[in-house]
Amino acid sequence: MIRVVLPAHLRTLAHVKGDVVLEVDGEVTQRSVLDALEASYPMLRGTIRDHDTQQRRGFVRFFACEQDLSHESPDTPLPEAVATGAEPFFVIGAIAGG
Amino acid sequence: MSEVRVLVGTRKGAFVLTSDAKREQWDVSGPHFAGWEIYHFKGSPADPSRLYVSQSTGWFGQLIQRSNDGGKTWEPMGNQFKYDGVPGTHQWYDGTPHAWEFKRVWHLEPSLTDPDTVYAGVEDAALFRSNDGAQTWQELAGLRGHGSGPRWQPGAGGMCLHTIILDPDNPQRIFIAISAAGAFRTDDGGETWRPINRGLKSQYIPDPDAEVGHCVHHIAMHPSRPNTLFMQKHWDVMRSDDSGDSWQEVSGNLPTDFGFAIDVHAHEPETIYVVPIKSDSEHFPPDGKLRVFRSRTGGNEWEPLTKGLPQSDCYVNVLRDAMAIDSLDSCGIYFGTTGGQVYASANAGENWAPIVRDLPAVLSVEVQTLP
Repeated sequence: MIRVVLPAHLRTLAHVKGDVVLEVDGEVTQRSVLDALEASYPMLRGTIRDHDTQQRRGFVRFFACEQDLSHESPDTPLPEAVATGAEPFFVIGAIAGG
Repeated sequence: MSEVRVLVGTRKGAFVLTSDAKREQWDVSGPHFAGWEIYHFKGSPADPSRLYVSQSTGWFGQLIQRSNDGGKTWEPMGNQFKYDGVPGTHQWYDGTPHAWEFKRVWHLEPSLTDPDTVYAGVEDAALFRSNDGAQTWQELAGLRGHGSGPRWQPGAGGMCLHTIILDPDNPQRIFIAISAAGAFRTDDGGETWRPINRGLKSQYIPDPDAEVGHCVHHIAMHPSRPNTLFMQKHWDVMRSDDSGDSWQEVSGNLPTDFGFAIDVHAHEPETIYVVPIKSDSEHFPPDGKLRVFRSRTGGNEWEPLTKGLPQSDCYVNVLRDAMAIDSLDSCGIYFGTTGGQVYASANAGENWAPIVRDLPAVLSVEVQTLP
């Protein structure tokens, strides 16, 4: 079981409250988590990563276990605590403004 | 009794303003999609309950929302706008080649006859069409591919396709406009396109009467005269009586011929409206007076319409898609400002009153006249 915390705008879009709980087959990576997320919530396609390139959008960040994982390869295994559901995987809308 | 529904897109959400035909008492609903930029929000002429919204942010990109019940409920639709083939390049601000890259949808134009067909004008400039109610989008690539695409250059607001006009008499004919490339027309349903900018003169480009490169801000047409077009250009108000093959300036006695919005009276095809704006770079009304100018002669002779509009210390802008016309017997005119006001006139511009005063900056205004 993987827990994903979405930013408020995407929770509204996906009609979810609180954490999203996902089952991920195989290795738990950014890619496999986001694939599972988009499969369950197709309206999120294109909002976190590009439809075609699958690259993370510029103002979106991925945090977990007090680390910024945004620049990790999408196929790098996520921390064990995320894979076990002990810690959530955060999708963050970067703070931009003054 | 008839009803009007004003669809307002703002920097921070969408609003729906409804009234009976008197247009005195208004119900305000919203914000819908709070916090998102709503570049455009328009209903289908073929089914007024079918509404389309362009919703975007810099964080999460582009969404398209659809309602089948007049805005009571919404459903996110397809948001993949993939350029056809290898996108190629256009010019960047400094004149260097720059790869075509999708940024947002500026304008949604529902078909006049089919609620499931809708066109999208996007930045970087291209035209897309959906035939399945916005689930999937296909580019009409003949526009970018007609030859001048590599010479198009962005205007200050981006290289956007912001105007789409469907010819009510000829379903094969579509007019579009791009900042800063100019106006284009297809006569074969979008397969092939050609620039229609003859007569435009723009001193801010190296060749003032070039085939492309003009910063067209908006175009309007009266449905009873689809061969006559009215244009607000970066500077100059223009008209064409031959479907854009040639243009003549009709700025006449306007206090400034710069502006963004232009529209045509619902029942008088030679009565047109603009909101003159001061430029360069100020982009607010001259002398702090918010004035709509009306010409009843199809241009050249203009009169200011000021009753109910602020005539001192007003420094808002009225953007290109932020004016609309209803089709009630006493024609209603609506426009929104970057200061968050939406003004309405129920008598063709003689008197104005704000429907709302304090919305986020208004990006677009459309109106539906409902039975």
